[in-house]
Amino acid sequence: MWTIVRKDLSIELRTGEMASSMFLLALLLVLLFAFTLEPERLIAPEFLAGLSWATLLVAGTLALNRSFVLEREAGGLTGLALAPIDRGSIFLGKAIGNFLLLLVAGVVLFPLIAILLGTRGLAPGWLLPATMVLGVAGIASIGTLCAAIASRTRAREVLLPILMFPLLAPLLIAATRTTAAALVGENPSEVQSWLLMLLGFDIVFTTAGWLSFDFILEE
Amino acid sequence: MSESRRIWQDTILPWTTCVAMLAAIFMVFVLVPSERDQGVVQRIFYFHVNLAWMAFGGFAVVAAMSVWFLRTGNRRADRLAHANAEVGMLFTTLVLVTGPIWARPIWGVWWTWDPRLTMTIVLWSIYAAYLMLRRLGGEDDTIVRYAAVLGIVGALNIPLLVLAVRLWRGIHPAVMLSNDPDAGLKDPLMGWTLLASGIALALLFTWLVSLRARLLAVDESVAALHLEGVRT
Repeated sequence: MWTIVRKDLSIELRTGEMASSMFLLALLLVLLFAFTLEPERLIAPEFLAGLSWATLLVAGTLALNRSFVLEREAGGLTGLALAPIDRGSIFLGKAIGNFLLLLVAGVVLFPLIAILLGTRGLAPGWLLPATMVLGVAGIASIGTLCAAIASRTRAREVLLPILMFPLLAPLLIAATRTTAAALVGENPSEVQSWLLMLLGFDIVFTTAGWLSFDFILEE
Repeated sequence: MSESRRIWQDTILPWTTCVAMLAAIFMVFVLVPSERDQGVVQRIFYFHVNLAWMAFGGFAVVAAMSVWFLRTGNRRADRLAHANAEVGMLFTTLVLVTGPIWARPIWGVWWTWDPRLTMTIVLWSIYAAYLMLRRLGGEDDTIVRYAAVLGIVGALNIPLLVLAVRLWRGIHPAVMLSNDPDAGLKDPLMGWTLLASGIALALLFTWLVSLRARLLAVDESVAALHLEGVRT
């Protein structure tokens, strides 16, 4: 499992393809928001939270798509499926790789969006990092599963977001609420139920992906 | 197909659906009194509520059939999952059409981000994605299995979705499942009408699903024949 993580990350570190294209797309999206939303006015934290997650999601779609397309093209997935390891571990390996990539993207993006679109300054605390980790974990688990499914079809680039976005709806609602709360410096106990929900979402769908990968990789 | 199944599908089911639907329409439009405050537009409720229940029931069947298919590889289960998703989609669309027709005069807006509305539209898009996967994937065996996985993951999403949207404030009337003593159907005839349209729509749902499942089976055998023709 860790070998898969290491392999995916080293491909990324060597080429930097994904990181650069994700970053560029995200930046362009932020510019788009800036042009269309009149950034002279201070954007409310709720909007900022929503914009940040939407940007991360759209940019993340690129990385997720890539993670299986590369494998399919090179026949890597067949190799992985033949390897004498549990199929669930392949899922976990892939998901952790995507998780780390998306997390780095989030850590870069969120402050960037906050700076460019303006906020009253970040409230210190663990709430924002916690939200980011939990939210990105959910996106990575659902995203990895959907990317594996979509990569098999003709229209994979189109299908991945179509499959992924509705399934992520509860996660996005919860992540946006907690992020907004973190931005205005609310007490974390106010959003406790949302945090629990993020955690529950991660557990349910990581388990689902882990269990169902047996059926996904069976060629 | 066995003779008795054919009679059930081609004769009994369509005719009972037809009779039940006419009876339900008569009850909804003629027999039942209008609601005191909302007036005539409230009558759409008898179809709206039942459509929603049938659609969500259909999605539950999709998940159950998907589990069954992954366990046994039974193609019939897969076809039933597919057919239920399609008809469930149709019914959800009708829910999303009938809802705004009622909401416009009563709430003053066509749409609002109330929990149930949000949930319904997200469910609609989950199963739209499911059907899209089936269409884009074709008849490939792998896709069929992927669709089953998605059918299960989609259903797993529903409780979380309900929880997420419930934490928002809701304005959707809870007529049937409410503790409020003022809520509920006051005239007994309203209850009967709701039941009648429920039966009619349940029959319609079953009939449509059986037709679709049969068509999918025919599709599969045509594809198999075609493949055989290519080989020889």
